[in-house]
Amino acid sequence: MGEGRSPAFYWLAAFFAVFVLFLYGPMIVIFILSFQGPTGGLTFPLNGVSLHWFERLLRGGGLIDISDAFKRSLELGVVVMILTVLLSLSAGLAFRKRFVGSNLLFYVAVASLIVPSIVTSLGIALEFRLLDDFLKAHGPAWISDDLKTTMDTFTSGLGAHLTWTLPFGLLVMFAIFNRFDHRYEEAARDLGATPWQTLRHVVLPIILPSVIGVGLFGFTLSWDEIARSSQAMGEHNTLPMELQALTTTVTTPEIYALGTATTGVSFAVIAVALLAIAFVRARQARHGSDAGHA
Amino acid sequence: MTAKTAIDQTGAPGWLQALPFGLVFLFFFVLPLAFVVIVSFWDYNDYEMLPSFTTRSYVETFEGCLAELPNLCTILKTYVSTAKFCLIVWLATLLVGFTIAYFLAFHIKTVTTQMVLFLVCTIPFWTSNVIRMISWIPLLGRNGLVNLALEKAHIVNAPLEWLLYSPFSVTLAFVHLFTFFMVVPIFNSMMRIDRRLVEAAYDAGASGWQTLWNLIIPLCKPGVVIGSIFVVTIVMGDFVTFDVMGGEQIASAGKVVETRLNALQFPPAAANAVILLGVTLLIIVGLNRIVDVRKEL
Repeated sequence: MGEGRSPAFYWLAAFFAVFVLFLYGPMIVIFILSFQGPTGGLTFPLNGVSLHWFERLLRGGGLIDISDAFKRSLELGVVVMILTVLLSLSAGLAFRKRFVGSNLLFYVAVASLIVPSIVTSLGIALEFRLLDDFLKAHGPAWISDDLKTTMDTFTSGLGAHLTWTLPFGLLVMFAIFNRFDHRYEEAARDLGATPWQTLRHVVLPIILPSVIGVGLFGFTLSWDEIARSSQAMGEHNTLPMELQALTTTVTTPEIYALGTATTGVSFAVIAVALLAIAFVRARQARHGSDAGHA
Repeated sequence: MTAKTAIDQTGAPGWLQALPFGLVFLFFFVLPLAFVVIVSFWDYNDYEMLPSFTTRSYVETFEGCLAELPNLCTILKTYVSTAKFCLIVWLATLLVGFTIAYFLAFHIKTVTTQMVLFLVCTIPFWTSNVIRMISWIPLLGRNGLVNLALEKAHIVNAPLEWLLYSPFSVTLAFVHLFTFFMVVPIFNSMMRIDRRLVEAAYDAGASGWQTLWNLIIPLCKPGVVIGSIFVVTIVMGDFVTFDVMGGEQIASAGKVVETRLNALQFPPAAANAVILLGVTLLIIVGLNRIVDVRKEL
Protein backbone atom coordinates (compact mmCIF):
# COMPACT_ATOMS: atom_id res chain seq x y z
CA MET A 1 0.00 0.00 0.00
CA GLY A 2 1.68 3.18 -1.17
CA GLU A 3 1.19 6.61 0.29
CA GLY A 4 -1.54 8.92 -0.97
CA ARG A 5 -4.39 7.95 -3.24
CA SER A 6 -3.68 5.76 -6.24
CA PRO A 7 -5.62 6.24 -9.50
CA ALA A 8 -7.34 2.95 -8.69
CA PHE A 9 -8.90 4.62 -5.66
CA TYR A 10 -10.74 7.17 -7.79
CA TRP A 11 -12.01 4.55 -10.22
CA LEU A 12 -13.23 2.39 -7.38
CA ALA A 13 -14.75 5.35 -5.57
CA ALA A 14 -16.64 6.28 -8.74
CA PHE A 15 -17.83 2.68 -9.07
CA PHE A 16 -18.98 2.71 -5.45
CA ALA A 17 -20.87 5.98 -6.02
CA VAL A 18 -22.65 4.48 -9.03
CA PHE A 19 -23.49 1.39 -6.99
CA VAL A 20 -25.01 3.49 -4.21
CA LEU A 21 -27.01 5.42 -6.80
CA PHE A 22 -28.16 2.07 -8.24
CA LEU A 23 -29.23 0.96 -4.74
CA TYR A 24 -31.03 4.12 -3.70
CA GLY A 25 -32.02 5.79 -6.99
CA PRO A 26 -35.15 3.76 -7.74
CA MET A 27 -36.32 4.04 -4.14
CA ILE A 28 -35.93 7.81 -4.24
CA VAL A 29 -37.94 7.88 -7.47
CA ILE A 30 -40.95 6.11 -5.96
CA PHE A 31 -40.62 8.24 -2.86
CA ILE A 32 -41.00 11.33 -5.05
CA LEU A 33 -43.78 9.80 -7.14
CA SER A 34 -45.80 8.89 -4.05
CA PHE A 35 -46.42 12.64 -3.65
CA GLN A 36 -47.92 12.68 -7.15
CA GLY A 37 -50.91 14.97 -7.69
CA PRO A 38 -54.45 13.46 -7.80
CA THR A 39 -54.41 13.25 -11.60
CA GLY A 40 -50.87 11.89 -11.86
CA GLY A 41 -49.93 8.39 -13.00
CA LEU A 42 -47.34 5.74 -12.29
CA THR A 43 -44.54 7.54 -14.12
CA PHE A 44 -43.16 11.03 -14.48
CA PRO A 45 -44.04 13.84 -15.00
CA LEU A 46 -45.42 14.91 -11.64
CA ASN A 47 -48.86 16.45 -12.03
CA GLY A 48 -48.54 18.66 -9.02
CA VAL A 49 -47.52 17.69 -5.51
CA SER A 50 -50.00 16.36 -2.99
CA LEU A 51 -50.64 13.96 -0.14
CA HIS A 52 -53.64 12.65 -2.06
CA TRP A 53 -52.42 9.05 -2.33
CA PHE A 54 -51.35 8.87 1.31
CA GLU A 55 -54.80 10.16 2.29
CA ARG A 56 -56.49 7.48 0.23
CA LEU A 57 -54.21 4.90 1.80
CA LEU A 58 -55.07 6.08 5.33
CA ARG A 59 -58.80 6.29 4.66
CA GLY A 60 -58.72 2.78 3.29
CA GLY A 61 -61.57 3.69 0.95
CA GLY A 62 -59.39 3.43 -2.13
CA LEU A 63 -58.36 0.33 -3.95
CA ILE A 64 -56.18 -0.76 -1.11
CA ASP A 65 -57.33 -1.72 2.35
CA ILE A 66 -54.18 -2.76 4.04
CA SER A 67 -54.61 -1.55 7.62
CA ASP A 68 -55.28 -5.10 8.87
CA ALA A 69 -52.28 -6.51 7.06
CA PHE A 70 -50.18 -3.59 8.29
CA LYS A 71 -51.16 -4.24 11.91
CA ARG A 72 -50.69 -8.00 11.54
CA SER A 73 -47.21 -7.63 10.05
CA LEU A 74 -46.24 -5.16 12.76
CA GLU A 75 -47.40 -7.49 15.57
CA LEU A 76 -45.75 -10.49 13.96
CA GLY A 77 -42.53 -8.54 13.44
CA VAL A 78 -42.39 -7.55 17.11
CA VAL A 79 -43.04 -11.12 18.33
CA VAL A 80 -40.45 -12.49 15.89
CA MET A 81 -37.98 -9.86 17.06
CA ILE A 82 -38.40 -10.75 20.73
CA LEU A 83 -38.19 -14.50 20.12
CA THR A 84 -35.21 -14.11 17.79
CA VAL A 85 -33.29 -12.19 20.44
CA LEU A 86 -34.16 -14.61 23.27
CA LEU A 87 -33.65 -17.87 21.36
CA SER A 88 -30.48 -16.76 19.51
CA LEU A 89 -28.94 -15.42 22.71
CA SER A 90 -29.70 -18.61 24.59
CA ALA A 91 -28.41 -20.77 21.73
CA GLY A 92 -25.37 -18.52 21.33
CA LEU A 93 -24.53 -19.14 25.00
CA ALA A 94 -25.09 -22.87 24.52
CA PHE A 95 -22.68 -23.03 21.56
CA ARG A 96 -19.86 -21.73 23.77
CA LYS A 97 -20.02 -25.02 25.63
CA ARG A 98 -19.98 -28.57 24.39
CA PHE A 99 -23.36 -30.20 24.03
CA VAL A 100 -24.63 -33.25 22.24
CA GLY A 101 -25.80 -32.45 18.72
CA SER A 102 -24.26 -28.97 18.58
CA ASN A 103 -22.78 -29.66 15.15
CA LEU A 104 -26.05 -31.04 13.86
CA LEU A 105 -27.99 -28.05 15.17
CA PHE A 106 -25.55 -25.65 13.51
CA TYR A 107 -25.83 -27.39 10.15
CA VAL A 108 -29.62 -27.51 10.37
CA ALA A 109 -29.73 -23.77 11.06
CA VAL A 110 -27.45 -23.03 8.09
CA ALA A 111 -29.43 -25.42 5.89
CA SER A 112 -32.55 -23.43 6.76
CA LEU A 113 -30.96 -20.39 5.11
CA ILE A 114 -30.04 -22.32 1.99
CA VAL A 115 -33.09 -24.51 1.33
CA PRO A 116 -35.34 -22.53 -1.04
CA SER A 117 -37.99 -20.70 0.96
CA ILE A 118 -40.84 -22.08 -1.13
CA VAL A 119 -39.83 -25.61 -0.10
CA THR A 120 -39.82 -24.76 3.61
CA SER A 121 -43.10 -22.91 3.22
CA LEU A 122 -44.71 -25.86 1.45
CA GLY A 123 -43.44 -28.23 4.15
CA ILE A 124 -44.95 -26.14 6.94
CA ALA A 125 -48.25 -25.93 5.04
CA LEU A 126 -48.30 -29.73 4.62
CA GLU A 127 -47.44 -30.27 8.28
CA PHE A 128 -50.35 -28.12 9.44
CA ARG A 129 -52.76 -29.61 6.92
CA LEU A 130 -51.93 -33.10 8.14
CA LEU A 131 -52.27 -31.88 11.72
CA ASP A 132 -55.72 -30.47 10.87
CA ASP A 133 -56.78 -33.77 9.32
CA PHE A 134 -55.50 -35.68 12.34
CA LEU A 135 -57.27 -33.40 14.83
CA LYS A 136 -60.54 -33.53 12.90
CA ALA A 137 -60.43 -37.33 12.80
CA HIS A 138 -59.01 -38.18 16.20
CA GLY A 139 -59.07 -35.04 18.34
CA PRO A 140 -61.45 -34.59 21.27
CA ALA A 141 -64.83 -33.11 20.35
CA TRP A 142 -64.09 -29.66 21.86
CA ILE A 143 -61.23 -29.27 19.40
CA SER A 144 -62.48 -31.08 16.33
CA ASP A 145 -66.02 -29.67 16.29
CA ASP A 146 -65.39 -26.15 15.08
CA LEU A 147 -61.83 -26.53 13.91
CA LYS A 148 -61.23 -24.97 10.53
CA THR A 149 -57.48 -24.88 10.46
CA THR A 150 -54.59 -24.63 12.89
CA MET A 151 -52.69 -22.57 10.32
CA ASP A 152 -52.51 -18.93 11.32
CA THR A 153 -50.26 -15.92 11.64
CA PHE A 154 -48.98 -16.84 15.08
CA THR A 155 -48.74 -20.62 14.61
CA SER A 156 -47.41 -21.71 11.23
CA GLY A 157 -46.61 -18.14 10.17
CA LEU A 158 -44.54 -17.38 13.24
CA GLY A 159 -42.63 -20.66 12.83
CA ALA A 160 -41.94 -19.95 9.17
CA HIS A 161 -40.48 -16.55 10.01
CA LEU A 162 -38.33 -17.92 12.82
CA THR A 163 -36.69 -20.45 10.46
CA TRP A 164 -35.53 -17.40 8.50
CA THR A 165 -34.53 -15.01 11.32
CA LEU A 166 -32.96 -17.42 13.81
CA PRO A 167 -30.03 -18.57 11.60
CA PHE A 168 -29.07 -14.92 11.07
CA GLY A 169 -29.40 -14.34 14.80
CA LEU A 170 -27.17 -17.31 15.58
CA LEU A 171 -24.49 -16.23 13.09
CA VAL A 172 -24.42 -12.75 14.65
CA MET A 173 -24.13 -14.38 18.10
CA PHE A 174 -21.14 -16.39 16.86
CA ALA A 175 -19.50 -13.19 15.67
CA ILE A 176 -20.20 -11.58 19.06
CA PHE A 177 -18.82 -14.38 21.19
CA ASN A 178 -15.77 -14.93 18.99
CA ARG A 179 -14.67 -11.42 19.89
CA PHE A 180 -15.73 -11.63 23.54
CA ASP A 181 -12.97 -11.36 26.11
CA HIS A 182 -13.45 -14.31 28.49
CA ARG A 183 -11.43 -12.65 31.22
CA TYR A 184 -14.40 -10.47 32.15
CA GLU A 185 -16.40 -13.54 33.06
CA GLU A 186 -13.52 -15.09 34.94
CA ALA A 187 -13.05 -11.93 36.92
CA ALA A 188 -16.75 -11.90 37.79
CA ARG A 189 -16.60 -15.51 38.87
CA ASP A 190 -13.50 -14.95 40.95
CA LEU A 191 -15.38 -12.19 42.74
CA GLY A 192 -18.08 -14.71 43.61
CA ALA A 193 -20.75 -13.95 41.00
CA THR A 194 -23.20 -16.74 40.19
CA PRO A 195 -23.54 -17.75 36.51
CA TRP A 196 -26.80 -15.77 36.32
CA GLN A 197 -25.21 -12.69 37.88
CA THR A 198 -22.27 -12.98 35.49
CA LEU A 199 -24.65 -13.10 32.56
CA ARG A 200 -26.92 -10.33 33.80
CA HIS A 201 -24.32 -7.85 35.07
CA VAL A 202 -21.22 -8.59 32.98
CA VAL A 203 -21.90 -10.40 29.69
CA LEU A 204 -25.22 -8.83 28.68
CA PRO A 205 -24.21 -5.19 29.21
CA ILE A 206 -21.07 -5.75 27.14
CA ILE A 207 -22.80 -7.44 24.21
CA LEU A 208 -25.96 -5.30 24.36
CA PRO A 209 -25.22 -3.25 21.21
CA SER A 210 -24.91 -6.41 19.12
CA VAL A 211 -28.02 -7.91 20.72
CA ILE A 212 -29.95 -4.84 19.58
CA GLY A 213 -28.55 -5.60 16.12
CA VAL A 214 -30.00 -9.11 16.32
CA GLY A 215 -33.38 -7.62 17.21
CA LEU A 216 -33.13 -5.28 14.22
CA PHE A 217 -32.43 -8.26 11.97
CA GLY A 218 -35.37 -10.14 13.49
CA PHE A 219 -37.87 -7.37 12.92
CA THR A 220 -36.83 -6.24 9.45
CA LEU A 221 -36.43 -9.76 8.06
CA SER A 222 -39.91 -10.62 9.30
CA TRP A 223 -41.45 -7.30 8.22
CA ASP A 224 -40.31 -7.85 4.61
CA GLU A 225 -40.54 -11.64 4.40
CA ILE A 226 -42.65 -13.00 1.59
CA ALA A 227 -41.43 -16.31 0.11
CA ARG A 228 -41.69 -18.32 3.35
CA SER A 229 -44.95 -16.67 4.29
CA SER A 230 -46.55 -17.50 0.95
CA GLN A 231 -47.99 -20.89 1.95
CA ALA A 232 -47.74 -20.73 5.73
CA MET A 233 -49.91 -17.79 6.77
CA GLY A 234 -53.32 -19.43 6.54
CA GLU A 235 -56.15 -17.06 5.70
CA HIS A 236 -54.50 -13.80 6.70
CA ASN A 237 -51.90 -12.28 4.41
CA THR A 238 -49.01 -10.22 5.71
CA LEU A 239 -48.28 -6.78 4.32
CA PRO A 240 -45.60 -7.82 1.79
CA MET A 241 -47.94 -10.53 0.47
CA GLU A 242 -50.73 -7.97 0.00
CA LEU A 243 -48.25 -5.69 -1.67
CA GLN A 244 -47.14 -8.39 -4.10
CA ALA A 245 -50.76 -9.10 -5.00
CA LEU A 246 -51.34 -5.38 -5.54
CA THR A 247 -48.47 -5.03 -8.00
CA THR A 248 -50.58 -6.75 -10.64
CA THR A 249 -53.87 -4.95 -9.98
CA VAL A 250 -53.15 -1.41 -8.83
CA THR A 251 -52.24 1.16 -11.45
CA THR A 252 -52.22 4.33 -9.34
CA PRO A 253 -49.49 5.98 -7.26
CA GLU A 254 -51.33 4.65 -4.20
CA ILE A 255 -49.00 1.66 -4.36
CA TYR A 256 -46.00 4.02 -4.22
CA ALA A 257 -47.53 5.71 -1.19
CA LEU A 258 -47.82 2.29 0.42
CA GLY A 259 -44.21 1.58 -0.55
CA THR A 260 -43.05 4.84 0.97
CA ALA A 261 -45.01 4.14 4.16
CA THR A 262 -43.62 0.61 4.48
CA THR A 263 -40.08 1.76 3.82
CA GLY A 264 -40.68 4.49 6.37
CA VAL A 265 -41.40 1.86 9.03
CA SER A 266 -38.22 -0.04 8.07
CA PHE A 267 -36.14 3.11 8.25
CA ALA A 268 -37.70 4.14 11.56
CA VAL A 269 -36.82 0.74 13.06
CA ILE A 270 -33.27 0.91 11.68
CA ALA A 271 -32.87 4.45 13.04
CA VAL A 272 -34.19 3.50 16.49
CA ALA A 273 -31.86 0.49 16.59
CA LEU A 274 -28.81 2.50 15.51
CA LEU A 275 -29.62 5.25 18.02
CA ALA A 276 -30.05 2.67 20.78
CA ILE A 277 -26.70 1.11 19.87
CA ALA A 278 -25.01 4.51 19.85
CA PHE A 279 -26.64 5.33 23.21
CA VAL A 280 -25.48 2.06 24.80
CA ARG A 281 -21.97 2.53 23.43
CA ALA A 282 -21.79 6.07 24.77
CA ARG A 283 -23.00 4.90 28.15
CA GLN A 284 -20.40 2.14 28.18
CA ALA A 285 -17.71 4.66 27.37
CA ARG A 286 -18.89 7.00 30.13
CA HIS A 287 -18.98 4.28 32.74
CA GLY A 288 -15.57 3.03 31.70
CA SER A 289 -14.62 -0.12 33.54
CA ASP A 290 -18.00 -0.16 35.26
CA ALA A 291 -19.57 -1.48 32.06
CA GLY A 292 -21.87 -3.78 33.94
CA HIS A 293 -23.07 -1.26 36.51
CA ALA A 294 -26.84 -1.19 36.19
CA MET B 1 -8.40 -21.15 24.97
CA THR B 2 -7.85 -22.40 28.49
CA ALA B 3 -10.13 -19.65 29.71
CA LYS B 4 -12.82 -20.95 27.39
CA THR B 5 -12.87 -24.45 28.84
CA ALA B 6 -13.02 -22.98 32.33
CA ILE B 7 -16.11 -20.93 31.44
CA ASP B 8 -17.70 -23.96 29.86
CA GLN B 9 -18.46 -25.53 33.21
CA THR B 10 -20.76 -22.80 34.51
CA GLY B 11 -24.46 -22.03 34.25
CA ALA B 12 -27.25 -24.05 32.72
CA PRO B 13 -26.28 -27.06 30.61
CA GLY B 14 -25.71 -26.27 26.95
CA TRP B 15 -28.35 -28.59 25.55
CA LEU B 16 -31.00 -26.92 27.70
CA GLN B 17 -30.03 -23.45 26.48
CA ALA B 18 -30.13 -24.63 22.87
CA LEU B 19 -33.39 -26.56 23.28
CA PRO B 20 -35.91 -23.82 22.34
CA PHE B 21 -33.83 -22.90 19.30
CA GLY B 22 -33.59 -26.55 18.30
CA LEU B 23 -37.31 -27.20 18.77
CA VAL B 24 -38.20 -24.38 16.39
CA PHE B 25 -36.08 -26.01 13.69
CA LEU B 26 -37.41 -29.47 14.47
CA PHE B 27 -41.07 -28.41 14.10
CA PHE B 28 -40.77 -25.78 11.40
CA PHE B 29 -37.91 -27.03 9.28
CA VAL B 30 -36.85 -30.68 9.74
CA LEU B 31 -40.35 -32.19 10.07
CA PRO B 32 -41.78 -30.04 7.24
CA LEU B 33 -38.97 -31.17 4.92
CA ALA B 34 -39.73 -34.77 5.86
CA PHE B 35 -43.41 -34.18 5.03
CA VAL B 36 -42.45 -32.72 1.66
CA VAL B 37 -40.53 -35.89 0.80
CA ILE B 38 -43.29 -38.19 2.10
CA VAL B 39 -46.15 -36.35 0.39
CA SER B 40 -44.24 -36.26 -2.92
CA PHE B 41 -44.89 -40.03 -3.08
CA TRP B 42 -48.60 -39.74 -2.29
CA ASP B 43 -51.46 -40.00 -4.72
CA TYR B 44 -54.03 -37.23 -5.20
CA ASN B 45 -57.33 -36.38 -6.84
CA ASP B 46 -59.09 -33.09 -7.52
CA TYR B 47 -59.67 -32.13 -3.93
CA GLU B 48 -57.47 -34.14 -1.58
CA MET B 49 -54.21 -35.98 -1.19
CA LEU B 50 -54.35 -39.74 -0.74
CA PRO B 51 -51.74 -41.46 1.43
CA SER B 52 -50.09 -44.27 -0.55
CA PHE B 53 -46.81 -44.92 -2.28
CA THR B 54 -46.68 -43.93 -5.92
CA THR B 55 -44.21 -42.19 -8.18
CA ARG B 56 -47.11 -40.62 -10.09
CA SER B 57 -46.11 -37.02 -9.30
CA TYR B 58 -42.56 -37.56 -10.48
CA VAL B 59 -43.65 -39.44 -13.59
CA GLU B 60 -46.10 -36.67 -14.48
CA THR B 61 -43.49 -33.98 -13.89
CA PHE B 62 -41.11 -35.58 -16.37
CA GLU B 63 -43.86 -36.68 -18.74
CA GLY B 64 -42.66 -36.85 -22.33
CA CYS B 65 -39.09 -35.95 -21.46
CA LEU B 66 -37.68 -39.13 -22.98
CA ALA B 67 -40.00 -39.15 -25.98
CA GLU B 68 -39.25 -35.55 -26.91
CA LEU B 69 -35.49 -35.92 -26.92
CA PRO B 70 -33.42 -34.28 -28.31
CA ASN B 71 -35.90 -31.44 -27.70
CA LEU B 72 -36.29 -30.40 -24.07
CA CYS B 73 -39.57 -31.00 -22.30
CA THR B 74 -41.21 -28.21 -20.27
CA ILE B 75 -39.65 -29.06 -16.93
CA LEU B 76 -36.13 -29.38 -18.33
CA LYS B 77 -36.57 -26.16 -20.32
CA THR B 78 -37.62 -24.43 -17.12
CA TYR B 79 -34.57 -25.68 -15.26
CA VAL B 80 -32.19 -24.74 -18.08
CA SER B 81 -33.73 -21.26 -18.21
CA THR B 82 -33.49 -20.88 -14.41
CA ALA B 83 -29.88 -22.07 -14.50
CA LYS B 84 -29.10 -19.40 -17.12
CA PHE B 85 -30.54 -16.72 -14.85
CA CYS B 86 -28.47 -18.18 -12.01
CA LEU B 87 -25.26 -17.99 -14.01
CA ILE B 88 -25.77 -14.43 -15.25
CA VAL B 89 -26.90 -13.13 -11.85
CA TRP B 90 -24.02 -14.95 -10.16
CA LEU B 91 -21.44 -13.40 -12.50
CA ALA B 92 -22.90 -9.92 -12.14
CA THR B 93 -23.25 -10.02 -8.36
CA LEU B 94 -19.78 -11.53 -8.01
CA LEU B 95 -18.09 -8.82 -10.09
CA VAL B 96 -20.01 -5.97 -8.49
CA GLY B 97 -19.88 -7.42 -4.98
CA PHE B 98 -16.16 -8.15 -5.15
CA THR B 99 -15.34 -4.67 -6.44
CA ILE B 100 -17.41 -3.00 -3.73
CA ALA B 101 -15.95 -5.18 -0.99
CA TYR B 102 -12.41 -4.58 -2.32
CA PHE B 103 -12.94 -0.82 -2.31
CA LEU B 104 -14.29 -0.85 1.24
CA ALA B 105 -11.69 -3.24 2.65
CA PHE B 106 -8.51 -1.97 0.98
CA HIS B 107 -9.04 1.61 -0.13
CA ILE B 108 -10.90 3.09 2.83
CA LYS B 109 -8.40 3.79 5.56
CA THR B 110 -10.42 4.59 8.66
CA VAL B 111 -12.65 2.06 10.36
CA THR B 112 -15.39 4.63 10.93
CA THR B 113 -15.67 5.53 7.23
CA GLN B 114 -15.58 1.84 6.42
CA MET B 115 -18.47 1.12 8.76
CA VAL B 116 -20.53 4.08 7.55
CA LEU B 117 -20.11 3.12 3.88
CA PHE B 118 -20.81 -0.54 4.71
CA LEU B 119 -24.00 0.53 6.47
CA VAL B 120 -25.00 2.58 3.42
CA CYS B 121 -24.80 -0.64 1.36
CA THR B 122 -26.67 -2.62 4.01
CA ILE B 123 -29.66 -0.41 4.74
CA PRO B 124 -31.57 -1.17 1.50
CA PHE B 125 -31.36 -4.85 2.44
CA TRP B 126 -33.52 -4.03 5.45
CA THR B 127 -36.37 -2.74 3.32
CA SER B 128 -39.02 -4.63 1.39
CA ASN B 129 -37.90 -6.51 -1.72
CA VAL B 130 -41.27 -6.04 -3.42
CA ILE B 131 -41.03 -2.28 -3.04
CA ARG B 132 -37.48 -2.30 -4.35
CA MET B 133 -38.81 -4.23 -7.35
CA ILE B 134 -41.73 -1.95 -8.14
CA SER B 135 -39.44 1.05 -7.78
CA TRP B 136 -38.03 0.11 -11.19
CA ILE B 137 -41.40 0.67 -12.89
CA PRO B 138 -41.12 4.48 -13.19
CA LEU B 139 -37.61 4.06 -14.56
CA LEU B 140 -37.97 1.16 -16.98
CA GLY B 141 -41.64 1.34 -18.00
CA ARG B 142 -42.91 2.27 -21.44
CA ASN B 143 -43.08 5.93 -20.45
CA GLY B 144 -40.34 5.58 -17.88
CA LEU B 145 -37.35 7.82 -17.41
CA VAL B 146 -34.96 5.59 -19.36
CA ASN B 147 -37.19 5.46 -22.42
CA LEU B 148 -37.91 9.20 -22.24
CA ALA B 149 -34.20 9.96 -22.08
CA LEU B 150 -33.40 7.61 -24.98
CA GLU B 151 -36.14 9.13 -27.13
CA LYS B 152 -35.09 12.69 -26.29
CA ALA B 153 -31.55 11.84 -27.31
CA HIS B 154 -32.90 10.28 -30.54
CA ILE B 155 -31.19 6.98 -29.79
CA VAL B 156 -34.46 5.12 -30.25
CA ASN B 157 -37.65 6.08 -32.08
CA ALA B 158 -40.13 3.96 -30.16
CA PRO B 159 -40.00 3.05 -26.46
CA LEU B 160 -37.96 -0.07 -25.75
CA GLU B 161 -40.29 -2.87 -24.67
CA TRP B 162 -37.66 -5.21 -23.27
CA LEU B 163 -36.72 -2.95 -20.36
CA LEU B 164 -39.55 -4.03 -18.07
CA TYR B 165 -41.38 -7.35 -17.57
CA SER B 166 -38.58 -9.13 -19.37
CA PRO B 167 -35.59 -11.36 -18.61
CA PHE B 168 -33.57 -8.15 -18.47
CA SER B 169 -35.64 -6.60 -15.68
CA VAL B 170 -35.65 -9.89 -13.74
CA THR B 171 -31.86 -10.05 -13.90
CA LEU B 172 -31.51 -6.39 -12.99
CA ALA B 173 -33.79 -6.84 -9.98
CA PHE B 174 -31.81 -9.86 -8.77
CA VAL B 175 -28.55 -7.92 -8.97
CA HIS B 176 -30.20 -4.96 -7.28
CA LEU B 177 -31.62 -7.07 -4.45
CA PHE B 178 -28.94 -9.66 -3.77
CA THR B 179 -25.49 -8.16 -4.42
CA PHE B 180 -25.59 -7.56 -0.67
CA PHE B 181 -25.21 -11.31 -0.13
CA MET B 182 -21.92 -11.21 -2.04
CA VAL B 183 -20.56 -8.04 -0.47
CA VAL B 184 -20.89 -9.17 3.15
CA PRO B 185 -19.01 -12.52 3.08
CA ILE B 186 -16.32 -11.24 0.67
CA PHE B 187 -15.83 -8.11 2.77
CA ASN B 188 -15.56 -10.33 5.84
CA SER B 189 -12.91 -12.52 4.16
CA MET B 190 -10.95 -9.45 3.06
CA MET B 191 -10.94 -7.92 6.53
CA ARG B 192 -9.28 -11.08 7.82
CA ILE B 193 -6.38 -10.85 5.37
CA ASP B 194 -3.22 -9.90 7.23
CA ARG B 195 -2.28 -6.44 5.90
CA ARG B 196 1.39 -7.33 6.27
CA LEU B 197 0.97 -9.84 3.42
CA VAL B 198 -0.16 -7.04 1.14
CA GLU B 199 2.79 -4.90 2.23
CA ALA B 200 5.16 -7.81 1.67
CA ALA B 201 3.80 -8.27 -1.85
CA TYR B 202 4.25 -4.53 -2.48
CA ASP B 203 7.82 -4.60 -1.12
CA ALA B 204 8.61 -7.64 -3.26
CA GLY B 205 7.65 -5.59 -6.31
CA ALA B 206 4.20 -6.98 -7.10
CA SER B 207 1.94 -4.70 -9.11
CA GLY B 208 -1.56 -3.92 -7.88
CA TRP B 209 -3.06 -6.47 -10.26
CA GLN B 210 -0.56 -9.16 -9.25
CA THR B 211 -1.36 -8.61 -5.58
CA LEU B 212 -5.06 -8.78 -6.36
CA TRP B 213 -4.80 -11.92 -8.49
CA ASN B 214 -2.21 -13.93 -6.58
CA LEU B 215 -2.90 -12.88 -3.02
CA ILE B 216 -6.28 -11.29 -2.36
CA ILE B 217 -8.50 -13.37 -4.64
CA PRO B 218 -7.18 -16.73 -3.39
CA LEU B 219 -7.57 -15.61 0.22
CA CYS B 220 -11.13 -14.41 -0.43
CA LYS B 221 -12.29 -17.72 -1.79
CA PRO B 222 -14.26 -18.79 1.30
CA GLY B 223 -16.19 -15.51 1.18
CA VAL B 224 -16.77 -15.85 -2.55
CA VAL B 225 -18.12 -19.38 -2.12
CA ILE B 226 -20.45 -18.41 0.74
CA GLY B 227 -21.78 -15.48 -1.27
CA SER B 228 -22.19 -17.66 -4.35
CA ILE B 229 -24.15 -20.26 -2.41
CA PHE B 230 -26.54 -17.57 -1.17
CA VAL B 231 -27.08 -15.98 -4.57
CA VAL B 232 -27.44 -19.24 -6.48
CA THR B 233 -29.90 -20.79 -4.03
CA ILE B 234 -31.96 -17.59 -3.94
CA VAL B 235 -32.29 -17.44 -7.71
CA MET B 236 -33.00 -21.17 -8.00
CA GLY B 237 -35.86 -21.04 -5.50
CA ASP B 238 -37.23 -17.60 -6.30
CA PHE B 239 -40.74 -17.05 -7.56
CA VAL B 240 -41.57 -13.55 -6.33
CA THR B 241 -38.98 -11.68 -8.39
CA PHE B 242 -39.80 -13.73 -11.49
CA ASP B 243 -43.48 -12.92 -10.96
CA VAL B 244 -43.26 -9.20 -10.26
CA MET B 245 -40.42 -8.30 -12.63
CA GLY B 246 -41.21 -10.85 -15.31
CA GLY B 247 -44.83 -9.83 -15.64
CA GLU B 248 -45.86 -13.43 -14.83
CA GLN B 249 -44.47 -14.48 -18.20
CA ILE B 250 -41.20 -16.14 -17.26
CA ALA B 251 -41.09 -19.67 -15.88
CA SER B 252 -38.70 -20.62 -13.10
CA ALA B 253 -37.96 -23.66 -10.97
CA GLY B 254 -39.49 -22.04 -7.89
CA LYS B 255 -42.58 -20.93 -9.78
CA VAL B 256 -43.33 -24.48 -10.90
CA VAL B 257 -43.83 -25.40 -7.23
CA GLU B 258 -45.96 -22.33 -6.61
CA THR B 259 -48.17 -22.96 -9.66
CA ARG B 260 -48.92 -26.49 -8.48
CA LEU B 261 -49.70 -25.16 -5.01
CA ASN B 262 -52.10 -22.57 -6.36
CA ALA B 263 -53.94 -25.47 -7.99
CA LEU B 264 -53.91 -27.19 -4.58
CA GLN B 265 -52.09 -30.19 -6.06
CA PHE B 266 -49.90 -30.93 -3.08
CA PRO B 267 -48.16 -34.16 -4.11
CA PRO B 268 -46.93 -32.76 -7.47
CA ALA B 269 -45.91 -29.54 -5.70
CA ALA B 270 -43.96 -31.63 -3.18
CA ALA B 271 -42.32 -33.68 -5.95
CA ASN B 272 -41.23 -30.49 -7.69
CA ALA B 273 -39.96 -29.15 -4.38
CA VAL B 274 -37.88 -32.31 -3.88
CA ILE B 275 -36.43 -31.94 -7.40
CA LEU B 276 -35.68 -28.26 -6.77
CA LEU B 277 -34.02 -29.13 -3.48
CA GLY B 278 -31.94 -31.86 -5.13
CA VAL B 279 -30.72 -29.58 -7.91
CA THR B 280 -29.90 -26.81 -5.43
CA LEU B 281 -27.90 -29.19 -3.24
CA LEU B 282 -26.01 -30.48 -6.30
CA ILE B 283 -25.01 -26.93 -7.19
CA ILE B 284 -23.83 -26.29 -3.62
CA VAL B 285 -21.78 -29.50 -3.62
CA GLY B 286 -20.31 -28.42 -6.96
CA LEU B 287 -19.39 -24.99 -5.60
CA ASN B 288 -17.71 -26.62 -2.62
CA ARG B 289 -15.70 -28.79 -4.98
CA ILE B 290 -14.33 -25.75 -6.78
CA VAL B 291 -12.87 -24.53 -3.53
CA ASP B 292 -11.67 -27.93 -2.37
CA VAL B 293 -9.91 -28.62 -5.66
CA ARG B 294 -7.63 -25.70 -4.97
CA LYS B 295 -7.18 -26.95 -1.41
CA GLU B 296 -8.87 -23.96 0.16
CA LEU B 297 -10.77 -24.50 3.34
